[in-house]
Amino acid sequence: MMKVQFVLNGKTVQARIAPDATLYRTLRELGCKSVKCGCETSSCGLCTAIVNGKPVLSCSLLTARCEGAVVETLEGHRAEAEAFGAFLAARGADQCGFCNPGFILNLIAMQRETVHPTRADVDRYLAGNLCRCSGFVGQTDAIMAYLESKGGQA
Amino acid sequence: MKTVNKAFPKKDSQALVTGQPVYTEDLAPEGCLCVRILRSPHAHARIVGIDTEKAMKLPGVVGVYTYRDVPKQRFTIAGQTYPEFSPYDRLILENKVRFVGDAVAIVAAETAEAAEEALAAVRVDYEVLPAVLDAREAVDNAVVIHDESDWSALVDTGGDPARNLCTHGSEGAGDPDAVLASCPVTLERTYHTKANQQTMMETFRTFTEMDCYGRLNVTSSTQVPFHVRRILSRALGIPKSDIRVIKPRIGGGFGAKQTAVCEMYPAFVTLKTGRPALLVYTREESMIASSPRHEMIITVRIGAETDGTIRAMTVYTLSNTGAYGDHGPTTVGLSGHKTISLYRIPDFRFSYDVVYTNRMAAGAYRGYGATQGTFAVESAINELAAQLKIDPGRLREINMVRQGDVMPAYYGERTDSCALDRCLDRVREMIGWHPGELRRVMPDGKVRGIGLAMAMQGSGISGVDVGSASISLCDGGFYMLRIGATDMGTGCDTILSQIAAEALDTSFERIAVRGVDTDSSPYDSGSYASSTTYVTGMAVVRAAQQLREKMSSFAAQVLHTDAPLVLEGDRFCYEDGREAIALSALADASMCGNRVELSATVSHSSPTSPPPFMAGAAEVEVDPETGGCRVVRYAAAVDCGTVINPALARVQVEGGIVQGIGMTLYENVTYGSRGLPRERSLMQYRIPTRLDVGEIAVDFVSSYEPSGPYGAKSIGEIVINTPAPAIAEAICQATGKRFRELPVMPQHILMEEGK
Repeated sequence: MMKVQFVLNGKTVQARIAPDATLYRTLRELGCKSVKCGCETSSCGLCTAIVNGKPVLSCSLLTARCEGAVVETLEGHRAEAEAFGAFLAARGADQCGFCNPGFILNLIAMQRETVHPTRADVDRYLAGNLCRCSGFVGQTDAIMAYLESKGGQA
Repeated sequence: MKTVNKAFPKKDSQALVTGQPVYTEDLAPEGCLCVRILRSPHAHARIVGIDTEKAMKLPGVVGVYTYRDVPKQRFTIAGQTYPEFSPYDRLILENKVRFVGDAVAIVAAETAEAAEEALAAVRVDYEVLPAVLDAREAVDNAVVIHDESDWSALVDTGGDPARNLCTHGSEGAGDPDAVLASCPVTLERTYHTKANQQTMMETFRTFTEMDCYGRLNVTSSTQVPFHVRRILSRALGIPKSDIRVIKPRIGGGFGAKQTAVCEMYPAFVTLKTGRPALLVYTREESMIASSPRHEMIITVRIGAETDGTIRAMTVYTLSNTGAYGDHGPTTVGLSGHKTISLYRIPDFRFSYDVVYTNRMAAGAYRGYGATQGTFAVESAINELAAQLKIDPGRLREINMVRQGDVMPAYYGERTDSCALDRCLDRVREMIGWHPGELRRVMPDGKVRGIGLAMAMQGSGISGVDVGSASISLCDGGFYMLRIGATDMGTGCDTILSQIAAEALDTSFERIAVRGVDTDSSPYDSGSYASSTTYVTGMAVVRAAQQLREKMSSFAAQVLHTDAPLVLEGDRFCYEDGREAIALSALADASMCGNRVELSATVSHSSPTSPPPFMAGAAEVEVDPETGGCRVVRYAAAVDCGTVINPALARVQVEGGIVQGIGMTLYENVTYGSRGLPRERSLMQYRIPTRLDVGEIAVDFVSSYEPSGPYGAKSIGEIVINTPAPAIAEAICQATGKRFRELPVMPQHILMEEGK
């Protein structure tokens, strides 16, 4: 076992981890249950977390590499999740919800990187966030409506 | 209508979008044993020796269980109403394995690491048997997959395990062979659909624990909590009264979770150890040992006049149920019932064989056989149109089922609500259909084609499915709606609340909803077979009616009046409109010195299963240099009766179409020559991403189903049926190549002449 310390949603946390523990597993153990696992092969985007400002797939990142990092999960973005979530739910595209935290977190990351994203930009940025319920159209409609409500940019 | 036909957000949406811990794994208690399954590396083998001693001695390992430890009563894991049609051909563990991935041993350990080590430490000696992998070689093969003496079936569906036959049968009307022989135009074609994975984002998972009454509590990601209770009782050999099943939020189902794929393993561990146990399937396990769509090979014969009038049709389906018969006898039926019935055909025959092979057992997947059958029959209709040189839309106009028709291949039911003709008109308008102009070459050399297909499904299983609702008036005047129907993300908690609000003339917010806990929810077959809105929705309407009557007479009693009282929103009024008593006061009165319970529980079942109908049209763009194919536009016109929630219904359509695009262009569960499954991850089993989705246009063409709640039928399954035949036809229009086997991949389009 080893110790690691990083900032999680604004608070410094320490965790005792196995050297091969993934960030996904550590985040769940630290109570961030919004982080889901859908594939174990970096294919689905459900385990998205933001590390040092960039979205990562936490199932494929060793926690040991996060020493001193700033880590964000949807637990740290409740207000924005609620605000965007209202657009998603109005479109009916929240559906089973299992992919929602991952793609909403990636949407938050996208807004930091992209100015006035087009629909095609959104589709490209979120291409790694799979969803089996919605067919994606409603998700993207909700994202565009949300961005427009914010003046096209975060 | 005040709440029906309005796009209310789902009742649970804020929890879902903020990532609250509401799913099975999130809710598992601390200290759960980690349960893992040792799986067979062989497609067909007998276990001649199994040594667990070394594994048992590893630190942290609590139990290693083999076939010697489990009850010896066979069962099925298909979640269907008793007496279920699926044969009793399984044990929790057995000394014979029938596919690569079949369960060999159950391991329970304090940690995931210890469980993994234990899996590696179990030594198994196998006598490897020859395997049957091809459905076409299964019947009367020298290799018998179910040679056990205690194979049984509650319902005789023509199965004969000695012949690798799970089900065999034939039905029809008239003399199709004679009519076919007399027809000037005939066509016979064979189509082949493959096993597909539902690929819900949340894999199979269950946790179990003993409660303070000594009863087994099972929290599971399931579509069928009441069936799970019954299945576990038989599998584990304990009374049903000792089992409670809870369904929390579930991360998608699509039919996969209409099979009790994983519940028995942690349940067995908890019974053995008394400790809470959690089993979460990896994606790989969900790929190789789950409940995918039945592979079907379907031969269609059609006889027609030269003017396009269809006079006879036969459909023969060979269905591959894999190693076990879960949903085998029932899925096959829909491949004929819900395809032949799209047309007015007096003489028809539908015959079928369902065979065992050494592949993973198939199960229920959205569309449930109708999807496979629709690919075959609608492709055949498109081919007939080409042969007759008649526009495929026109050919359908001539022959399609219409309002008021009796459908002999669909249990003789009459269409009391059928807007299929208007769906066809609307979808052609949406896609821009011009007969004879279904192909165009784009400036960049790519070629576009447009194709069309129609579909139907059912609304519940007629005379079988039971939906129940219980509504109570509670303090302050809110209503508590308890249901046994299982919201799997589709939104039935919300839709049924809308129906309750409408029936009680109240606001959506005043309805609180709760499902599902088999200890406290009224019985429901579960959410499958497109039953929930139609069957359980009608239970809600009837329960609301009963509750209104009870409240009305209680109000009269409280007020000491004989005057008629009318419920108007949050109060009862006299006929002249004066308020008699507020609902909140009535509720409070019911909780003080009162003997009248203000609640109503109603079970509903329908003798009919009114079909929703739809027409779908695809425009594809093919790159002739690479064979690449993309669905650039898809138009869908759907008749699901009254739309209860337009937003949720629309997403059903969009999601179903994209899932259907995956089935048509990418998805396939394949096996190597020794039965090793090739697609073991989402890298190898590709589902559509948002980059694969073109424009999807959805429109609802309304009809009114008199037997449904406020005129509603169903929506969940039908939407996956049209993409395969419509896209295959569009590819044919674009390239001249006819594909009768799915999926249609770039290499096929580029290299093959069509098959």
